[in-house]
Amino acid sequence: MKPAPFEYWRATSIDEAVQGLAASAGTAKIIAGGQSLGPMLNLRLARPSVLIDIAGVTELKRVQDVGGKLFIGAGTTHAAIEDGVLPASAAGLMQAVARRIAYRAVRNRGTIGGSLAHADPAADWILALTALDAAVSVRGPNGKRSVPVQSLMRAPFTTVLAEDELIVGIETDKLSSTAVWSHQKFSRKVGKFADAAAVVVLDDTSGFCRIVLGTPDAPPVVMRSLAEALLSDSKRRLPLDAIYSAVQTAGTAADSFDIQLQTTVLARAIEKLVLQ
Amino acid sequence: MDDAIDAAGQGIGSSVLRKEDDRHMRGRGRFIPDFKMDGLSEVAFVRSPLAHALIVSIAKPAGAAGWVFIRDDLAGVKPIRSVMRAPGFRASDHHPLAHGKVRFVGEPIAMCVAPSRALAEDLAESVDVHLEELTAVVDAKAVNGGPYVHDEWGAHTFLETSSDNGIEEIAKAAAVTVKREFHMSRQVVNSMEGKAILAYWDDLKSQLVVYTSTQVPHMIRTGIAEHLGLDQGAVRVVAPDVGGGFGYKCVLQAEELCIAWLAMTFRKPFRWTEDRREHLTSGANCREHFYSVTAYADVRGKLLGIDAEITVDAGAYSVWPFTACLEATMAAGHFPGPYAFKGYRSKSWSVATNKPAILPYRGVARTGICFAMELTIDAVARAVGREPWEVRRENLVPEDAMPYVNPTGKVYDSGDYRRSLDIAVKEIDLPAVRRKQAAMADGGHLIGVGFANYIEMTAHGTKLFAAVGLPFVPGAEPATLRFTPDGGLEIRVGVQSHGQGMETSLAQIAHEVLGIDLGKIAVVHGDTELTPFSTGTYASRSITMAGGAVAEGCRILAERMRPIAAHLLQCGADSVVLRAGTFYGPSGNISVPEVARTWYMRPEQLSGELSVCGLEVLGLYRPKVDTGQYSYGTHAAVVSIDRLTGALRILDYVIVEDCGRRVNPLIVAGQTYGGAAQGIGTALLEEMQFDTNGQPLASTLADYLMPGAAEMPNIRLHHIETLSPNTAYGIKGVGEGGAIPPPAAIFNAVNDAFAGTGVEVNTTPLTPRRLYGAIERWELGRRGAGA
Repeated sequence: MKPAPFEYWRATSIDEAVQGLAASAGTAKIIAGGQSLGPMLNLRLARPSVLIDIAGVTELKRVQDVGGKLFIGAGTTHAAIEDGVLPASAAGLMQAVARRIAYRAVRNRGTIGGSLAHADPAADWILALTALDAAVSVRGPNGKRSVPVQSLMRAPFTTVLAEDELIVGIETDKLSSTAVWSHQKFSRKVGKFADAAAVVVLDDTSGFCRIVLGTPDAPPVVMRSLAEALLSDSKRRLPLDAIYSAVQTAGTAADSFDIQLQTTVLARAIEKLVLQ
Repeated sequence: MDDAIDAAGQGIGSSVLRKEDDRHMRGRGRFIPDFKMDGLSEVAFVRSPLAHALIVSIAKPAGAAGWVFIRDDLAGVKPIRSVMRAPGFRASDHHPLAHGKVRFVGEPIAMCVAPSRALAEDLAESVDVHLEELTAVVDAKAVNGGPYVHDEWGAHTFLETSSDNGIEEIAKAAAVTVKREFHMSRQVVNSMEGKAILAYWDDLKSQLVVYTSTQVPHMIRTGIAEHLGLDQGAVRVVAPDVGGGFGYKCVLQAEELCIAWLAMTFRKPFRWTEDRREHLTSGANCREHFYSVTAYADVRGKLLGIDAEITVDAGAYSVWPFTACLEATMAAGHFPGPYAFKGYRSKSWSVATNKPAILPYRGVARTGICFAMELTIDAVARAVGREPWEVRRENLVPEDAMPYVNPTGKVYDSGDYRRSLDIAVKEIDLPAVRRKQAAMADGGHLIGVGFANYIEMTAHGTKLFAAVGLPFVPGAEPATLRFTPDGGLEIRVGVQSHGQGMETSLAQIAHEVLGIDLGKIAVVHGDTELTPFSTGTYASRSITMAGGAVAEGCRILAERMRPIAAHLLQCGADSVVLRAGTFYGPSGNISVPEVARTWYMRPEQLSGELSVCGLEVLGLYRPKVDTGQYSYGTHAAVVSIDRLTGALRILDYVIVEDCGRRVNPLIVAGQTYGGAAQGIGTALLEEMQFDTNGQPLASTLADYLMPGAAEMPNIRLHHIETLSPNTAYGIKGVGEGGAIPPPAAIFNAVNDAFAGTGVEVNTTPLTPRRLYGAIERWELGRRGAGA
């Protein structure tokens, strides 16, 4: 379990990293914390010609509170978020999500941008940031663009980003003080990727409500009709059969156990939301 | 000795901290991958991507002839052929590199040598192997006709056994007949350190030196010498720090022969370090038992007889020296467990499949039979409408029947099995659990409580092994001991300590006899050059066998010192007493170290006959009865089941265990907790699955789930100390017990939660998906009953 040969470049700036990507004509890989890419390199499932290390790029670790928005540098580690590097508002949700990613040793090195770029459908950030309707800031040779997290993952382990594009950060609207959220994660053991997960965000002030279901084999699913129903229900309750049929419609379940599990995880997320 | 007193609290029964932990906690252990050596080459293996295929051709990359090796290159190396001396046994030839056919995914086909492992793996990728795929034999329960794993057999089994002491007659008297099927899935051992081997040629001694991560250095020396055609004196095997074995490292591996051959042939150092993918997919598979059990009982649930059909998926090859049939034959021979009943019929099949060979893993067979037997007991109890623990209790061998001979002739030496269960029932507070269960009956969670009794045969010796028919039989266990001139004691043992803490516990036994400070006692192990021959560490034998040998050696040393001490104290030898490291005479005393110093450094003070009887001795030990000493105990679990997800939580877990005299209670507790963690893994998480083509479905620990700290319940541990009548100090082994009953206790708890509905779970591990399937049946039954 040793990687196939590759060249190693250490980038000191975003520009350098993007130039490196462009120069490699699609054969380079960005490495930040290496918590997913490392094993894939060792298993020779990933075989880049060049590894561009962005762990030392300080401008990627910036966290900014800009008016109604929060900008989180892609190089921010899960541990930093767990430890409270983000200001309040959405931070409550993100801090709670960060705390339950893998193990602390993984969180110490793994980064939020790396997790999104890796595009494991069972991962936590793609789910939580979809629920917050966040967007990733992307830099490429032709400049900047913004991609909603919701449409970032084309398929498991595949994003819509071009080969020469780099995620530099995440931009998310700050929630109002009345916003509530909940996060449910079902996994067979602590630290394992979830078999099913759900995040619900509800902000009465802005009328924002999102319910997102995460599963191991498909990109997170935004449950629009459920969210609308929840928003329009004064008691913030949803009937179980509505959730059940929404899961069936989502097509994320391979068998009756999956349906049951996903339904339960969603139902509990919604239930917990109301209890807060 | 005479009045051995544990003055410093270092002897038998003292919970002293382990001597070896100092280096391990500071990261100063020395494992094989830590070694640096000039000119060391690393090895990577080309492994079969198919489970069953003909090898059409193997093309080495151009210019790589001296760096890539296949079977034909290994001139003079014999295949591993591990034969159980039993009628009808079919032998397999396991070539160190595949020959003609590959028989499991991961079987080594070629080995590649390079200055680094990464380069060796690059080389391995460039070897072109052309295979012609054959239909794989994957389901041991569904074998029927060809193709065969071993074509020359024209059959699928390594061995079939049967026994019957008249079950049909006994069955006629049964008021209750209970028939059940059980399946304990294939697992992987997952020692923290995988296998590692480093071999070089020592020109000084004209000797092949093999460092290997093993439990049995002397056996590996024998194995390497026999298979490479060397004299055993020309082979030295060293096991430095070894990061766990659990049975995986008590067999000769193909890779061991390969690396040894390289060093012997090229007279240079070579190393192979197993990675976790190799460990999971090719190295360390185990278990995979199928049971069909019929129990015959009276109206109260008292067992009259058991009929057990046991199928073990043994994988492709027979491992040396434990063979492909240890699991099935031990399962058949020990199925009755701690229960007293008369009628017993067994049939066993050790089936060859296109999977890695199974290895003896902690608990060997008994985790499976305990699972099958304990679930059967509970099923019998439900059939007669009684509390499972009561039926269990009445069937347990009573204390006054000890020593007890079971229906297969095994002799249980001592113990109070019922008392162990009674303590567990009390500690788990059964009435409180039943109240909670009733109170939560209609809630979101089901509560269940389960008990499992087990016995753990330990330190089985010559007679038993001779009867089993393995390629080797252990004899009297040796320890050599000597004093250093400054009064320190060196103990040399052929067993190997790889987590058991024997550098401490064996020293405690020596302290018990001689009273020397533990800091002055060194236990030397893991090197065939420095230690006496032993079959090694397996079968929970070392503390009993090597411990007995150390005690015997210390006694001999004390008797040699006594006349010297008497001479120096100017009194008769009879009037000298050894107490806490000092010889006391009528008018003075002298310490053990001082006696040693005098013998080595001041021999002029001794008369002629005293100075010729040295302070270096061989202690040999064999228990009075060497068919095994039976440790035993009870596990009790309370579980909560989430009705909506099939998630299971262990709410309470009680262990009662009796391993005779505990040499170091702290180590006993560690062994028990560690074993229980592995047993909980068996029950809830661990499963090595294969698809219908024999492809393993897990190749990393992301897919093969192991219990972690968060999955461990807070275990409440209780001890009974029933001394074995057959061993020094009444010691019994404790290495495996913790891993035996957790699946049984946990599954019984789940089945208790479903009691009264006919729903039972019977297949490990109890994944949420499997458990939810049972919940669905249970809900259906409830709705049916309500309607």
